[in-house]
Amino acid sequence: MSYLEYTQKATPTGLRKVLYLNWALIILLTAVACVGFLMLYSVAGGSMRPWAGPQMQRFTLGLTAMMIVAFTPIWFWRNVSALAYGLSLILLLLVEFFGTVGMGAQRWIDLGFMRLQPSELTKITVVMLLAAYYDWLDIRKVSRPLFVLIPVAIILVPAFLTFIQPDLGTALLILVGGAAVMFCAGVHWAYFAAVIASAGGIVTAVFASRGTAWQLLQDYQYRRIDTFLDPSSDPLGAGYHITQSQIALGSGGWTGRGFMQGTQIRGDFLPEAQTDFIFPTLAEEFGFVGAASLLGLYLLILLFCIVTAIQTKDRFSSLVTLGVTATFFLYFAINMAMVMGLVPVVGVPLPLVSYGGSAMLVLMAAFGLVQSAHVHRPR
Amino acid sequence: MKRSQKEAEDSARKITRRSMIMGGFMLLTGGILAARMRYLQVERADDFRLLAEENRIRIDLLPPARGLIYDRYGQLLADNEQNYTVVMVRENVEDVDAVLDRLSHIINIDMASLNRAREDMMARAPHVRVTLADRLSWDEFASVAVNAPALPGITPEVGLSRVYPFGADFAHVVGYVGPVSDYYLESTGDTDPILQTPDFQVGRYAVEARMEQDLRGEAGNLWVEVNSAGRVMRELDREAPVPGDDLQLTIDTGLQNYAQARLGNESASAVVMEVETGEVLALASSPSYDPNLFVRGISVAEYSSLTENPYRPLASKTVQGLYPPGSTFKMVTALAGLEAGLIEPEETITCNGFVELGTRRFHCWRRGGHGRMNMVDGLSQSCDVYYYELSQRVGIERIAAMARRLGLGVRHDLPLSGVASGLIPSREWKLANRGSEWVVGDTLNTSIGQGLVLSSPLELAVMTSRLATGRQILPQLVRTLNGVNQRVDSFAEVDIPAAHLDVIRQGMWSVTNFRRGTAFGARVTEEGYEIAGKTGTSQVRNITAAEREAGVTANEDLPWDRRDHALFVGYAPADNPRYAVSVVVEHGGGGSAVAAPIARDLLLRAMYGELPPLSAYPVGLRRDIEEMHDNMDLLPLEILRSTGRVRA
Repeated sequence: MSYLEYTQKATPTGLRKVLYLNWALIILLTAVACVGFLMLYSVAGGSMRPWAGPQMQRFTLGLTAMMIVAFTPIWFWRNVSALAYGLSLILLLLVEFFGTVGMGAQRWIDLGFMRLQPSELTKITVVMLLAAYYDWLDIRKVSRPLFVLIPVAIILVPAFLTFIQPDLGTALLILVGGAAVMFCAGVHWAYFAAVIASAGGIVTAVFASRGTAWQLLQDYQYRRIDTFLDPSSDPLGAGYHITQSQIALGSGGWTGRGFMQGTQIRGDFLPEAQTDFIFPTLAEEFGFVGAASLLGLYLLILLFCIVTAIQTKDRFSSLVTLGVTATFFLYFAINMAMVMGLVPVVGVPLPLVSYGGSAMLVLMAAFGLVQSAHVHRPR
Repeated sequence: MKRSQKEAEDSARKITRRSMIMGGFMLLTGGILAARMRYLQVERADDFRLLAEENRIRIDLLPPARGLIYDRYGQLLADNEQNYTVVMVRENVEDVDAVLDRLSHIINIDMASLNRAREDMMARAPHVRVTLADRLSWDEFASVAVNAPALPGITPEVGLSRVYPFGADFAHVVGYVGPVSDYYLESTGDTDPILQTPDFQVGRYAVEARMEQDLRGEAGNLWVEVNSAGRVMRELDREAPVPGDDLQLTIDTGLQNYAQARLGNESASAVVMEVETGEVLALASSPSYDPNLFVRGISVAEYSSLTENPYRPLASKTVQGLYPPGSTFKMVTALAGLEAGLIEPEETITCNGFVELGTRRFHCWRRGGHGRMNMVDGLSQSCDVYYYELSQRVGIERIAAMARRLGLGVRHDLPLSGVASGLIPSREWKLANRGSEWVVGDTLNTSIGQGLVLSSPLELAVMTSRLATGRQILPQLVRTLNGVNQRVDSFAEVDIPAAHLDVIRQGMWSVTNFRRGTAFGARVTEEGYEIAGKTGTSQVRNITAAEREAGVTANEDLPWDRRDHALFVGYAPADNPRYAVSVVVEHGGGGSAVAAPIARDLLLRAMYGELPPLSAYPVGLRRDIEEMHDNMDLLPLEILRSTGRVRA
């Protein structure tokens, strides 16, 4: 059944849409955001400034954006997805040439009232375009090589533009987020197996060639990898972040040191604690109980999203929901794995908790798409 | 695109299946994350907790207050005074030079030492505290505190610093403290972590050095929470330092001060002991120097003026100086003869001015000879020939054994620096060290304290105490440590028959009280205060036969360092000995003329406990003595009478 078939008869209109919102999801999102406010308050040494206050405003803004997106019919979003994708590509190019350099990377365009990070936007527009593509594509052609190459191109172009900013973390999110949509759309598993196998092969080749005459990376690049694999080998240099992060996490114990009692954060031992390294702060002050609870909240959000995806019989709605879900999952999974020393440090924030304007706004808008799919699903 | 019902259902089923797979993968990842969380936060929590504590907690050492040093009456000899310092940590200071420049306008600080501190600071880690200036006045200290905002990294601090109120009087006894050098750490093997703190001072000389472990105390600990920059955020816990033990010496400040003043600018030393207890009342060595210079950091010019002075002010001559004892050794030879039964006290030996041994003549100091001498005469007139004859009968072994029994050639280890042991030569020693056989001439020289024999003033004082008491007196310098008695209470008999000692004491009495005694000029006329003793004049050069033929050159005509040493040992009161003294004036000339009057004055000062009355002196000397008293720069009586703060 396509959207055209249920457009007029089953969708709620006007204020009734409010009743059809996925309220559980909203409550869960708000709960996670509140954890963020709490931690930002703590990181600032018990102050709303400079982070917790603005973060609340942004969340409110984000909620509003989510509502607007949610009340707009899902087919509207399908129709504009190509436009949105094109727009985000243009913005990415603009950043490339006119962007502001921050933290050694060109990431945002200063719009005056806010800084726009096009790469954040791109994560969602790629998912939207892919979902629209598979909605349009004949299901039987999904796994044909030519029709696999098209979405691969859709993913690779913005991923590459993001990567050269350089912003490895976001590029990775675009790449894997897009791949997740392709996977859910039913692309034959052999493609994924081939990609994973060749990636594994490259990694093996990189390590196997080390020390030989034809080694694939420079020595310093190997040393970076060493530092990742064993942070204690360079505790004051590149390993400092991850060592201090694990100390903060580990010293939390079962129940933590208590709110505002984290010594790692009080003593400035943990850098970037308001952005990428906010999770260790939570873990230090609220212990395993607090950290696992946040993980639980995240997993519940995933659950509600997947249920929504299955409930909507419309292909675009399902795929866009799953794409947003996958992106959200990648966000927190990479961030947590990174601060716990499971993967290298790539700049990925903890969604809804880390301090950051565009990321929060875009993520809430993306959940708006999920809500829209939920509100406008056939009943 | 319009799809068939079946197609739509297939699509939905496929999406459901794939989303289930994806969800399963997400759940699995969540499980891995949770497991990792559990591993870090539960299983390894203790490890990380420890690392976090190491991160945030720094232990600072709190230096202990050094133990104080008192004299026997509780007079403070070494005190700790408040020291206002300026300390800098260069970490977080952008422009170190600008800050130092500003500081130099606020306090009076010389550029050389400021530059030295700057180099020191730059050479060390950024968070290390470096002292820029110390001993500031209160005004300077306050102005640094007021200007703190303009002086980032700089803090005014109050520390404790050693001060020696009596300065040069006690340099050779109490010594001084100084900074911890690498050499100090290596040579002592001391691993006390407090030594690593900048500006900590340890005893470097004499009692301060030898009693270091007792005086130092134990460092306290201060646990502070620091941030990643090393800045202290709050104090967590404090363990107070344990102050060092207080020390009470046997020294009498008034006597010590008098002794130093009496020695004046001579290169000389004197020891005053209580004969019964062995307590050392004065250990004077001159010239002296101000030990406070070493605490503050002595300048190169000041230091080289001390090392280049031919009178060797840095040497503590009482224990480090070794001199031929000369005639003060004659009591040893006499006692050895009596003990061996090879001479009777009344037996006479005729002195013709020399003894011939083979082709060599051994001269008496008196060219014409003394005539017939018994033992008392031999001592009182210090006849060399008497001892030349006697020593040939007795032999070196008996003389050496007697010398050791009387405390010569034995290291009396007072807690002072460089305590030397004298030398009592023997056949074996000469063969081993000089490579030649012992000859009778060596015995003759030894019998009058010349030749190879060497003694320190401390040893001579011990010998005198043993002669006066007949017991094996050992010198004592520490009365109490932390209130606990450190002295030896009783001494064994020296095991010499009283009759023998009486002869010797009678001889020593005659030296100062018999008209023909060598030190009759240094007699005491007040009854009950008479002194007994023995003069000594030891040659530091050989007098050739040719020179003797032409007439021995008078001391005054020789260059200073070729003149004879003047010695005197004695005790008083002669009939009931309480104090023993030994005096050595390097290259001072004759013992009777130079050393005996000093010894007399020290014994009188010890007996009276204040400046002796003129009535104690022979009438002819009183005017000179009065003049001498007037010219002496002594501590005022009210200082000596005000006792210090002895801890019970």
